Amino acid sequence: MVIGLSSNKPMNELFGFLLSGITVGFIYALVGIGFTVIYNSSGIINFSQGEFVMAGGMSTVFLLKAGLPLGVSFILAIMITSIIGIVLYKLISYSKDSSQISLIILTLGFAIFLRGLAEVVFDKELHTMPSFVGDGSFDMLGTVLTYQSIVIMVVSIVIVVLLYFFFKKTKTGQAMKAASINVDAARLMGINIKKVLMINFALSAAIAAIGGVLLTPITSTNYEVGIMLGLKGFAAAIIGGLSNPFGAVVGGLVLGVLESLIAGYVSSEYKDAVAFVVLLAILFFMPGGIFGNTKAQRV
Amino acid sequence: MLKRYNISQDIIVLAILLFIAPFFFQNDFIYEIAIVSLLNALICVGLNMLMGYAGQVSLGHGAFAGLGGYIAVILSSNYGISPLFSIFIAIVTMAIFAFIISKPILKLRGHYLAMATLGVGIIISIVLNVEDELTGGSDGMSVDSFSVFGYEFTDSLQWYILCAVLLIFTIWMFKNLINSPFGRVLKSIEGSQKAANSVGINVSHYKSVVFVISVVIATLAGSLYAFFSGFISPSEASFSHSIELVVMVVLGGLGRVYGAIIGAVILTILPQLLTSFEDYQTLIYGAIIIFVMMFMPKGIASLFDDIKRRLFAQNK
Repeated sequence: MVIGLSSNKPMNELFGFLLSGITVGFIYALVGIGFTVIYNSSGIINFSQGEFVMAGGMSTVFLLKAGLPLGVSFILAIMITSIIGIVLYKLISYSKDSSQISLIILTLGFAIFLRGLAEVVFDKELHTMPSFVGDGSFDMLGTVLTYQSIVIMVVSIVIVVLLYFFFKKTKTGQAMKAASINVDAARLMGINIKKVLMINFALSAAIAAIGGVLLTPITSTNYEVGIMLGLKGFAAAIIGGLSNPFGAVVGGLVLGVLESLIAGYVSSEYKDAVAFVVLLAILFFMPGGIFGNTKAQRV
Repeated sequence: MLKRYNISQDIIVLAILLFIAPFFFQNDFIYEIAIVSLLNALICVGLNMLMGYAGQVSLGHGAFAGLGGYIAVILSSNYGISPLFSIFIAIVTMAIFAFIISKPILKLRGHYLAMATLGVGIIISIVLNVEDELTGGSDGMSVDSFSVFGYEFTDSLQWYILCAVLLIFTIWMFKNLINSPFGRVLKSIEGSQKAANSVGINVSHYKSVVFVISVVIATLAGSLYAFFSGFISPSEASFSHSIELVVMVVLGGLGRVYGAIIGAVILTILPQLLTSFEDYQTLIYGAIIIFVMMFMPKGIASLFDDIKRRLFAQNK
């Protein structure tokens, strides 16, 4: 029961909130997928994930400003971010200690570094870019749906479907899955773990970057935009069970819709708190997440 | 007498160092950095106990310190309660709060406390920003001066002495606690929860106690910081402040009594030194954290071990 949802609030307003919630939810989902892909293979919670989103959005904006066409900027930005992901993997693999705490701190340091880098290479201003498909919109169920929202939904669904087939059908995807289930067994079967890990980091950076580019026309971007996005993506991943990329998609959508409904009907000021209240509720009442296949162990 | 109260040599060395230091402080600005370093060190000693000895990471201690500070400040400024009693109420409130959130979470294994404290911390910082009638919102609020039984703290030196004494006292308690049966229980939990459980230790209870102690220390330091600076804003309770505290502990050396202090002092001073680099400040700050975590994962305190080992190796 949503508070304040009475008959004087027309249904099309509700549809509007749902649609905008689903749009943003897909972005959270993309960030959340990134968390699960890296966590699955390495056990590391990568706190630079939000900065990957920022890097994708900011690079596209500045490549566009440099006069490159949209498609080229988009692909270049994803490549740049993937390389940043690989750099993070290299730093982790060359570090002397592999305890989880120090590696998590390493990713926090990397996030600060990327923010600093964005300040220097780009600037501290807010940037936006035109929608990929023009600023048009059409009416649906009595509410407006912008073309950009449709692009976000379609691209996200395509990515999720591709990812599903990648893990299911391709050899690399199977190797990545095997490595996430049991590293030692996978290594014994001749899987190159280092390569798998590197692909995981690149993949998760690339997905985050795509999220960043998709989001920029709606919300605009700056060097700090990754902090909140990263944390909300993290919440999405935990809601889905942290080890399941497709759980993160559901987590992201749930978060996006809840956030939009709360902002619309209850309080827009507390919109940002929704993700963390849900996060706590999940931790308290179903610590394995909605779809966690590995149950959180009780001591 | 030293034996009886368990005062070890290193505490005396620390006390002497803290006593000598003010003779080199030329102005109020340096005093301010020193006092903030001491208060950060205080939080880090408690956080280190949680992270280094109970093996649990908290990503919300900045928020706990900030919320504790706000409770104390609001009580004393808006309700006219004396600063000391306000801090006391803040500590009791935060202790109960910490106990309640820790109970269900610490039964789970893994980094669940980290995730829960992250969530709680961000909610705290959002609430402090939104409830502006009570907290002044993002602009923050000014704080009355600090006094204990009519004795006013106005001078930097007074504050410095107060913080130094508190830090020494906390470390003394910390060391006694670590070497007590309680501390041995903690070490066994860090080693193996299952083994600890099998000899009848209620693991989650002990972890809760450590968490509560660390939150109490954070509340104390957070409220003192508010009274010292005469101002409090939600940025004290921000996620980045919580991260900063964790980085201090790990950078200094996890599970090392003095590591937390080294980390706190270095990371409090570092941003001041980096201000001359202006735009490159954040970049360099991040690079230093990456560098230390890659090449000195045991923290800066481990450097002193190496030096010690080399010195004593020659003697033998």
